[in-house]
Amino acid sequence: MKNAKSIAVGAAMLCGVFTASVASAATTLESVKEKGHLQCGVTSGLPGFSQPDDKGNWTGIDVDTCRAVAAAIFGDAKAVEFTPLTAKERFTALQSGEIDMLSRNTTWTLTRDASLGLNFAGVNYYDGQGFLVNKGIGVDDATQLDGATVCIQAGTTTELNLSDYFRAKGMEYKPIVFDTSEQTVQGFASGRCDVLTSDRSQLAALRSKLSDPDSAKILPNTISKEPLGPVVRQGDDQWFNIVKWVLSVQINAEELGVTSANVDDMLKSDNPNIQRLLGTDGDMGAKLGLPADFGAKAIKQVGNYGEMYDRNVGPDTPLGLERGINALWTEGGVMYAPPVR
Amino acid sequence: MAESTMKAPKKRIDPVRWARENLFSSWHNTILTLLVGYLIVTSVGPLLNWVLLDANFQGSDPSDCTGAGACWLFINQRLNFFIYGFYPEEFQWRVDIMFGLLALSFAPQFIERFPGRKWLGLFGLTGLPIVGYFLIPGGLFGLEEVQSSKWGGLMLTLILAYIGIIASLPIGTLLALGRRSEMPIIRGLCVVFIEVWRAVPLITVLFMASVMLPLFLPEGMNFEKLARALIGITLWQSAYMAEVIRGGLQAIPRGQYEAASALGLGYWKKMGLIILPQALKLVIPGIVNTFISLFKDTTLVLIIGLFDILGTVQSTVTDPAWQNVAVEGYVFVAFCFWVFCFGISRYSQNLERKLDTGHRT
Repeated sequence: MKNAKSIAVGAAMLCGVFTASVASAATTLESVKEKGHLQCGVTSGLPGFSQPDDKGNWTGIDVDTCRAVAAAIFGDAKAVEFTPLTAKERFTALQSGEIDMLSRNTTWTLTRDASLGLNFAGVNYYDGQGFLVNKGIGVDDATQLDGATVCIQAGTTTELNLSDYFRAKGMEYKPIVFDTSEQTVQGFASGRCDVLTSDRSQLAALRSKLSDPDSAKILPNTISKEPLGPVVRQGDDQWFNIVKWVLSVQINAEELGVTSANVDDMLKSDNPNIQRLLGTDGDMGAKLGLPADFGAKAIKQVGNYGEMYDRNVGPDTPLGLERGINALWTEGGVMYAPPVR
Repeated sequence: MAESTMKAPKKRIDPVRWARENLFSSWHNTILTLLVGYLIVTSVGPLLNWVLLDANFQGSDPSDCTGAGACWLFINQRLNFFIYGFYPEEFQWRVDIMFGLLALSFAPQFIERFPGRKWLGLFGLTGLPIVGYFLIPGGLFGLEEVQSSKWGGLMLTLILAYIGIIASLPIGTLLALGRRSEMPIIRGLCVVFIEVWRAVPLITVLFMASVMLPLFLPEGMNFEKLARALIGITLWQSAYMAEVIRGGLQAIPRGQYEAASALGLGYWKKMGLIILPQALKLVIPGIVNTFISLFKDTTLVLIIGLFDILGTVQSTVTDPAWQNVAVEGYVFVAFCFWVFCFGISRYSQNLERKLDTGHRT
């Protein structure tokens, strides 16, 4: 046992050496520019976050986060290649340099941030775990779920959060575990369980798959914090800053009312905040190693944060998610980006 | 030339008599017949309704799927993605050429008198992978490069299965010969190789290839995920193939080996001219069995994030814009697999008949 542990530690150190040597060989920005495209890791199919559409083009809020970075670097939001990754592979792919950034519905936690050689470059969606219940059982709040049968998808942190929550409240539950999300919905629809639990961002979509969506409702409780965001390798601060600030620029743009539609007019704005954001004043781009108009390019081609949200997961999409805590801090949410100055 | 013998009279089929003999011969057979008949009558109707009569084929968006039947429209809309994955549309002709060549090489094998049939088959086994090697990834002869991460769908399934199949046969043959070799080092190496690769599940091999391997390689050597998966599949499949072929080698009587040696043939001539042709012919069913199982096992690449045909379907059936299209998606995948596996199976039976020289006693 002890032996196995030391081997594991040795292997981890070896990995550390490799990633360190990778980072020192050439900066990520240089190697991305040399390749001519950004290599971005995404999920292999999660509605609203990253999923191939009819034409095989990737769409979703995670995908747009990558496109914005590509637009900032190359002035071309299409200069990005996507690598679909499973949950198990995602960190290895980033550590080994197979991808330049990971934008794959990944929760920012202490363990991941501190022990995997990664840096979380911000949050593009604040998610949390919630419950979908059958209206027939007459439950309005998760605290009334004592003794419920719960449908869960196997192998996700959802399982752990659920057991933590019920234990903390001193309640009993009976889990019924399924392999895929479709099976979980089928289990719920066929009445094998009273409650289905999943990330709130997915509950609305799962509900819409029911033959009678009105028979079920989403409870107001959120039992876990799942801040999702782009991730980069540790050890390349310039690249970390680029990814972090492209997202921040998008959030700031929404706050300042700059959209993809009006960005060209905004270039003439005399608001110093907007001038710095779009690169008409100051040398913000140069500080990151990017062109001066990187913000303008990202907003023009991908849009500000609000546009990105509305296009992929907002109320008018099949996912139909209200802004909620993902609204700007000025509108009662927690989306708050440090200022560009 | 006049026919000197009379043909046996054609057996007249009397339906009532046939039914009495086969379906109602005893009371328990009668019960079974009625039961099965009832099941068929009650299930075929709804199935037919779902698959064809109530199904939706035409339209442009999810709202056109109205009927209680299957929504084939979904498959129709995504067919391009299911076949080519992310392969850019303007270069898909390159894949089409490969599909065409594949059909051209193997379809004639079913037609006895097709001219140059043998050469086409030989091309399918040797030339086709070479053409594919240049045509599909591109990057040479002025062809635009298409990264392997963009390959997907049915095309990727076929690439994985095809390369796995044609590479594992020669490697497996060599391993089988090595395992029966009299040279202890070669024998030892082959035994270790076979036993190690055969003792791990394919899923483990794929995980090692996609998750562990990159960590141990320096940056410059970071070769593509697809290549890593292909090497893993090929080595794994070779170990299985080796054991099937060894079964054939063992079935050849000792006299054949001795007779070949008595003719003064060296080792390779003995194996190549006398032993292997007989042994391989004997184990065709076993070889084809492993081919078919490999063909289906390729779906496991799903767990390392490669989009084979099952992966493309699975990633799109969760699209919230469509209502419950999972069943249609999976039926479509099952149908594709059935077509190919059945084709392989028919081809092998054809081959068996053709090679049957009636030596069996």
